[in-house]
Amino acid sequence: MTVAYDVAVLGAGPAGMAAATEAARRGARTVLLEENPQAGGQVYRAPPPGFFAPPDAERRAGDALRAALATSGAEIRTGHRVWGLGGGPLVPAGDPPAPFRIDALPSEGAPVTLEARALVLCAGTHERVIPFPGWTLPGVIGLAAATILLKAQGVLPGRRVVVAGAGPLLYAVAAKLVKGGAEVAAVADLAGRSEWARALPALAARPDLLARGAAWRAALASRSVPVLASHRVVAAEGGQVLERVRIAPLGGGDGEAFDCDALCIGHGLVPATEATRVFRAAHRYDRASGGWVPVLDADRRTSVPLLYVAGDAGGVRGAAAAPASGRLAALAALADLGVIGGKAHARARWRPWIEHWRAARSGGAMARMMAMRPALVSAIPAETVVCRCEGVTRAEIEAALDDGAADMNQLKQFTRCGMGPCQGRVCGEAAAELVAARVGGREHAGFATGRLPLRPLPMEALLGAFDYADIPVPAPSPV
Amino acid sequence: MDARHAAAILARVNGSLRIAGIARPAEVEFSFEGRVLRAPVGESLATALLASGVLRLGEGPGAPRALLCMMGTCQQCLVRVDGRLAQACLTPVRAGLLVQAA
Repeated sequence: MTVAYDVAVLGAGPAGMAAATEAARRGARTVLLEENPQAGGQVYRAPPPGFFAPPDAERRAGDALRAALATSGAEIRTGHRVWGLGGGPLVPAGDPPAPFRIDALPSEGAPVTLEARALVLCAGTHERVIPFPGWTLPGVIGLAAATILLKAQGVLPGRRVVVAGAGPLLYAVAAKLVKGGAEVAAVADLAGRSEWARALPALAARPDLLARGAAWRAALASRSVPVLASHRVVAAEGGQVLERVRIAPLGGGDGEAFDCDALCIGHGLVPATEATRVFRAAHRYDRASGGWVPVLDADRRTSVPLLYVAGDAGGVRGAAAAPASGRLAALAALADLGVIGGKAHARARWRPWIEHWRAARSGGAMARMMAMRPALVSAIPAETVVCRCEGVTRAEIEAALDDGAADMNQLKQFTRCGMGPCQGRVCGEAAAELVAARVGGREHAGFATGRLPLRPLPMEALLGAFDYADIPVPAPSPV
Repeated sequence: MDARHAAAILARVNGSLRIAGIARPAEVEFSFEGRVLRAPVGESLATALLASGVLRLGEGPGAPRALLCMMGTCQQCLVRVDGRLAQACLTPVRAGLLVQAA
């Protein structure tokens, strides 16, 4: 069954919740789709039903967005995995323009197909983890994964934990671990003290976030947790599971071993561009924003008519900036659809525009700190697995590059790197940097063409309700 | 499973990884590879396995599979739940789930 909407919003993080709320409140028939069982996204992720923890600032901000959404009139479809996108620019030009088509698989029940005149993409980011020896050992998890475990599930990743990588998440995770009763063996920060000092002026625009960061550092200092600036993890070691982590200064050396049963490591956030790639929207490589991002105007329009991107999927600016960007996208969609007039749009947009500009300043400073550090990629040893799904090592990637693979699509064809179930979301950044080193930059390395399905799904979902009697059998031709 | 791995599991189970001070729903039983485990209903299966000391969720082509992203992206936590492939991080625990390594 096909249901038609004015606006469909994909992803119920802070940007998506705000976009759907704005669109529905202004009278557009709006649907919001989310893969997780509850709205919230990663930063404002709600605990599962029946779990109650003392609320913190982030929880309250998330609850406010959820409450506004619940009364907005938007149709909320959580537990819906969007695997297919079509219509819009993928249909030859017509008059009127073809609506967007969205295929989703609910956690319960039959697959659904929705149609919407405008599409707002709020897919957020995924975490960049640059491979290192031992990163495949059980016990090594992402920093973002650690925040989900700690905040939404209330579970420690281990008893004695090393936290490593870059960006504010390092200190957020380390402080939460300490508070939750774990021992933090060490924090290894890729950034040096001067890098943090340079970020301070932009952070001053958000004293609340600055204060939160200071509280995290104080919590670590009170437990005498070693915080190692300009250090990286050179290896994770152990037999069946993680037993210790070796940390060395960026300058080199074998480093020091820290016994631990968990390592939380993340090297920044990468905007999720699967959907904009499927629609062949224009993209540009912007290292400081997290990588490839869709080209957007000030109102979050992509190069494709009636297709918008809000939140970190359009370039990492953080959760604080996301709701304003969602509202800007929704207002632009409503103006472009004619649901609101040009004057009403001009009146409504300035407030979220200023709010976004203000929050994006500190968010952008954090994004720069979490940007790709090519030195981590050049340090990957030849025998280390880069693509976990297909078991492709750096040496195999280099061999394909020797053989003439010259961009991400060719690398995929030569090695199967990025062709497994994660569809390159885990290995893509490291692999692209290896290609870029040979072909003169990420712009030349490009990205893998957007393909459906966007997420792995069971064959039966593709086939749908199917009966052999439904197959049309042509009548035999008279001889 | 070698002795070292078994010891690692025991060490985890003896000190609960679940943070104190959080109200949780009642625990229910489920099984992984025939071992009966307990977790609060609604907790993510990935979390429940971690809290039960189960770190290796299956074998990948070059390395074991284990939790990595917790948010449905990496597909490393694929397991069979009642016979069907599912991402453990997106699957809430229910009483009687039969979970196997995929």
